[in-house]
Amino acid sequence: MDPLVVLNNVSMAYGKGASAVPAIEDVSLDIEPGEFIAVVGPSGCGKSSLMKLISGLHPVSKGELKVKGETVTRPLKSVGMAFQNSNLLPWRTCVDNVLLPLEIVPPHRQRIGSHRAEYKQKAVDLLNSVGLTGFTDKFPWQLSGGMQQRASICRALIHEPEVLMLDEPFGALDAFTREELWCALRDIHAARGVTVMLVTHDLREAVFLADTVYVMSNRPGRIVKKRRVTIPRPRDLEVTYTAEFQDVVHELRSMIGGKH
Amino acid sequence: MDRDEFMVKVVSPAAFTIGLFVIWELACRVFSIPLTILPAPSVIFAALIEFRAPIISNSWVTLWTTLVGFALATVFGLLMGIAVGWHKAIYAGVYPLLVGFNSIPKVAVVPVLILWFGLGEIPAILTAFLISFFPIVVNVATGLATTEPELEDVLRALGASKLDIMRKVGIPRSLPYFFGSLKVAITLAFVGAVVSETVGANKGIGKLMLDAQAAFQVQIVFAGLLVLAVLGILLYICTALIEKRFTGWAFRGQNR
Repeated sequence: MDPLVVLNNVSMAYGKGASAVPAIEDVSLDIEPGEFIAVVGPSGCGKSSLMKLISGLHPVSKGELKVKGETVTRPLKSVGMAFQNSNLLPWRTCVDNVLLPLEIVPPHRQRIGSHRAEYKQKAVDLLNSVGLTGFTDKFPWQLSGGMQQRASICRALIHEPEVLMLDEPFGALDAFTREELWCALRDIHAARGVTVMLVTHDLREAVFLADTVYVMSNRPGRIVKKRRVTIPRPRDLEVTYTAEFQDVVHELRSMIGGKH
Repeated sequence: MDRDEFMVKVVSPAAFTIGLFVIWELACRVFSIPLTILPAPSVIFAALIEFRAPIISNSWVTLWTTLVGFALATVFGLLMGIAVGWHKAIYAGVYPLLVGFNSIPKVAVVPVLILWFGLGEIPAILTAFLISFFPIVVNVATGLATTEPELEDVLRALGASKLDIMRKVGIPRSLPYFFGSLKVAITLAFVGAVVSETVGANKGIGKLMLDAQAAFQVQIVFAGLLVLAVLGILLYICTALIEKRFTGWAFRGQNR
C-alpha cells in the first residue's frame, strides 16, 4: 500500500531570507493509511510546526511533501485538527460547533442549508459515539474540560477527514480524564480507520495510542528516533503497567534531552 | 426576582438617587444658596413643570438628532471596524488617522459644520456621528483581530476563505465588543448633539439652556441638565438591553 503522507528531507522555516528561523530540518517520514503516529519531543522542538506543514498551512522551504501522491502547496481539505484548547465557539451549541466544518468544506457547504436535519443527525450520532449523549444541545461552557475536548475531536472528524491531526489535545486535562480520552481516541481510531497524527509531550500517551512514535530533537526539529510500538491491539489501560510498555517509554525518554 | 435581588437592583439605586436630591435640597435651604448659583431640586422640578412645553419640544429635537447621528455611527463604525480588522495593512494604515481624528475636540469642528450646513439639525447630527463612531470602530476591529490563531488554523485547514472565517468566527465573536461599544457610543452621541447645540443652533435642549443662561433663568438651565441626565440613562438602558438580547452567551454564568 502506498503511504498516505510522504516527507522527504523536508525543512521548514518561519520568516524569509537571512532572518529566517529554522523550525524543522531534514525530516523524512511516511504515514500509512490508517496508521496512528505520535510525534514527541521537548517543548518548542517544532512538533506543532510539523503538523502545520503536513496540513498545508505553512509552506515547505526545502524537500518534498506529498499527500496521496500529490505535492502539498495549499491547505488540504482532508484534514481535521484539534488543539490543547478546545476552541469551541461559545455562541454555538455543542452540535452546532461540530457542524461548523460542514459549513466550510464542499460539497457539504452547498447542501447543509437544505439538509440541516440530516447533517445534524450525523453530528448527534458522532457525539453519542464519544459519550456525549444528552449534551448535544448544551453550550460549551456547560461542559467539563474533557467533554469539550471530546466535542472538539468530533468537530475534527465530522467531515470524515483522511488525516486527524491532534496537537496536545489532552494537555490541559487531569490525569484521569486524560486516560479516559485516550480510550475514546483509541476507539475512534479502531472504529473509523482514520489516519491519526498525534503531537504530544506525554510519552505514555504516545506509546499507548500509536503504532509508530517519532522523537524530535530540540529546535530546529529533526527526527532522532523512529520506534514502532508492537504491543498488540486492542490495548487496554492495563497495558501501561506492563514491563514491555515501560521499556518502550524508557527507551524514548532516553532519547529526549534535558537534565535527569 | 427574589428579595435580595430586588434590594440590590431596585431599592439601592432608588435610595441613592432620592438621597442625592434630599441632600441637595437640604444644602440649598440650610446654607441659603442663591437661586442664581444653585437652585434647589424643588425649584428645578417646578421649572420643569412650568416650562414643560419648550422643554419637551427641544428635548425631542436633541433626541432625534442624537439617534440619527448614532445610527450613522453604528453603520459606519461597524463597516469601518470590519475593514480595519480585516487586514493588518488596513489596520496599520487607518489606525493613526483614526486616533488623530479622534483627538480633535469635536466642539472645534462645529463651527466648520455650521459654515458648511448652516444653523439647524445637520451640524448636531454630524457632531453626534463624529464623536461616537470611534469607539465602535476600535471595538469591532479589536474583536476581529483577537480571533484565536488555532481556531483560524482549524478553519484554514478546511480550505476556508478569509470571508468564511469572518462570517463564521470573526464577526459573531466581535459582536459583544460591538454592542459593548454601543453603550459608550450612545452617550457620546448625546454629548455631541448637545455640544453642537450650545455652539450654534436654533433648536434643541442645548440651545434652550444657552438662552435660559443669557436670561439668568438658572432654574431652566438646571432643568435642562436634569432632562439630559434622564435621557442619557434611558438611551444607555436601551443599548444595554439590546446588548443582552443579542450576546447573552457572552454573559454566561451571570444570569443563567
